[in-house]
Amino acid sequence: MGEIATSLVLAGELVATGDERLAAIVMLSLQVSFSATLIACLIGMPLGALLAVGRFPGRRALIVLFNGLMGLPPVVVGLLVYLLLSRAGPLGPFGLLFTPAAMIIAQTVLIVPIVAALARQTIEDEWREYREQLRSLGASRLRSAMTLLWDGRFSLTTSGLAGFGRAIAEVGAVMIVGGNIDGVTRVMTTTIALETSKGDLPLALALGLILIAVVLAVNTAAFVLRQWAEKRWG
Amino acid sequence: MGLGMTWLVLDRLGLTESGVCIINDVTLKVGAGRTAILGPNGAGKSTLLRLMHGLLRPSDGCQHWPQAFTQGMVFQRPVMLRTTALANVEYGLKLRGVNPHDRRQRAVEALVRVGLPAIADRPARRLSGGEQQRVALARAWALEPQVLFLDEPTASLDPASSREVERIIREIAASGTRIVMTTHNLGQARRIAEEVIFIDSGRVLEQSPVEEFFTRPRHAAAQRFLEEETP
Ligand SMILES: Nc1ncnc2c1ncn2[C@@H]1O[C@H](COP(=O)(O)OP(=O)(O)OP(=O)(O)O)[C@@H](O)[C@H]1O
Ligand SMILES: [Mg+2]
Repeated sequence: MGEIATSLVLAGELVATGDERLAAIVMLSLQVSFSATLIACLIGMPLGALLAVGRFPGRRALIVLFNGLMGLPPVVVGLLVYLLLSRAGPLGPFGLLFTPAAMIIAQTVLIVPIVAALARQTIEDEWREYREQLRSLGASRLRSAMTLLWDGRFSLTTSGLAGFGRAIAEVGAVMIVGGNIDGVTRVMTTTIALETSKGDLPLALALGLILIAVVLAVNTAAFVLRQWAEKRWG
Repeated sequence: MGLGMTWLVLDRLGLTESGVCIINDVTLKVGAGRTAILGPNGAGKSTLLRLMHGLLRPSDGCQHWPQAFTQGMVFQRPVMLRTTALANVEYGLKLRGVNPHDRRQRAVEALVRVGLPAIADRPARRLSGGEQQRVALARAWALEPQVLFLDEPTASLDPASSREVERIIREIAASGTRIVMTTHNLGQARRIAEEVIFIDSGRVLEQSPVEEFFTRPRHAAAQRFLEEETP
């Protein structure tokens, strides 16, 4: 009990004094996970819209597949991306392994299915409501998909958020493809894992608290945005 | 545009959905400029409109358009995009590749014609039901369709809004657009339509000029319907 209290105090000091090492780790975490989320949204949301609106063979199978992939284990994704990026792998020549870029790729792969599957649900609900109207106005299916993406932009924040939450909280994928190199690829979750195993609880705890705070802050911002949007646009 | 200049032919049209026959062997020639489809709840009026508009594929029979007409439809519950009223009206024009300048101008004109220039920049979904219905009419009208299908255009509107919507419908018709509408308001049908199609249980029971239908309905079910609906 005493250890936790001491750690909490030390953690508070680390945050309050703006510890440089801590700041760098937090910044890298945010950079990697925000980038991965952005890319995953750019890929996953149009994909989800096409799954919702499109009519092509294998659509149902794809929907089931993406739903299933939502539960991809991060370590497995890490391993696959590792194999792709390792020197002997197909993307080896780019030399991305153990860089932040590799971590962004791994997290993107991890969360594209989440973003796509949740976006599909959102767009499908909209599609049910809009379908006849859009068709009557002369919109093709592709055009309808684009319209629904724009129209559902505020509801779609939920799928982006789920992806971000997953990305910033995972440790397995970034550990494998990033290598947890001090000052280069060390992020909040990998540091927490490492410091805990070394017994340096204050740093681990400080990072844990910041991680929770970040996730809460991002969710709050999105919630406020959505409330405002619903009030404004209906 | 009198009777007889047929612009739509339905030939033994039928629609069966999960074993239930919703539209049953409908053979019709539509030639009037303003047609009202009347019938009790669940008769199949909305379904018939959807079939005519091409939103549903018939399971039996076929329809034939002697000339290819451009069409539009205003639904009973209008669906507004999450943007301004003006952008909603512009949307259909955008789909037709109208350039931004003309698009804006035509959309503004359409809003003026439905009496709503003041709400152009308001979020469409935040408008009242009556206002949304008029924006939907403007959106359809802006495309200048040759045929406009209207599904209960005044169903949930108060008398003042209903009158305004009726005025708009008459003006759309006057601009040369053929109107096919469903309504539960017999007075409205009488004021607007030239011809009445009466349907019940998915069958067309009567097709008559409007005065004839209201004064001398031929089919017994139509007579009963008029007696029950007339206050
Ligand atoms: N997709 C569907 N599947 C099964 N039944 C349907 C479907 N669509 C409509 N129906 C049924 O077909 C009948 C006709 O429906 P429709 O909406 O065309 O009636 P309506 O004449 O427009 O009625 P109202 O006056 O209430 O608007 C109803 O009994 C309805 O339940
Ligand atoms: Mg109906």
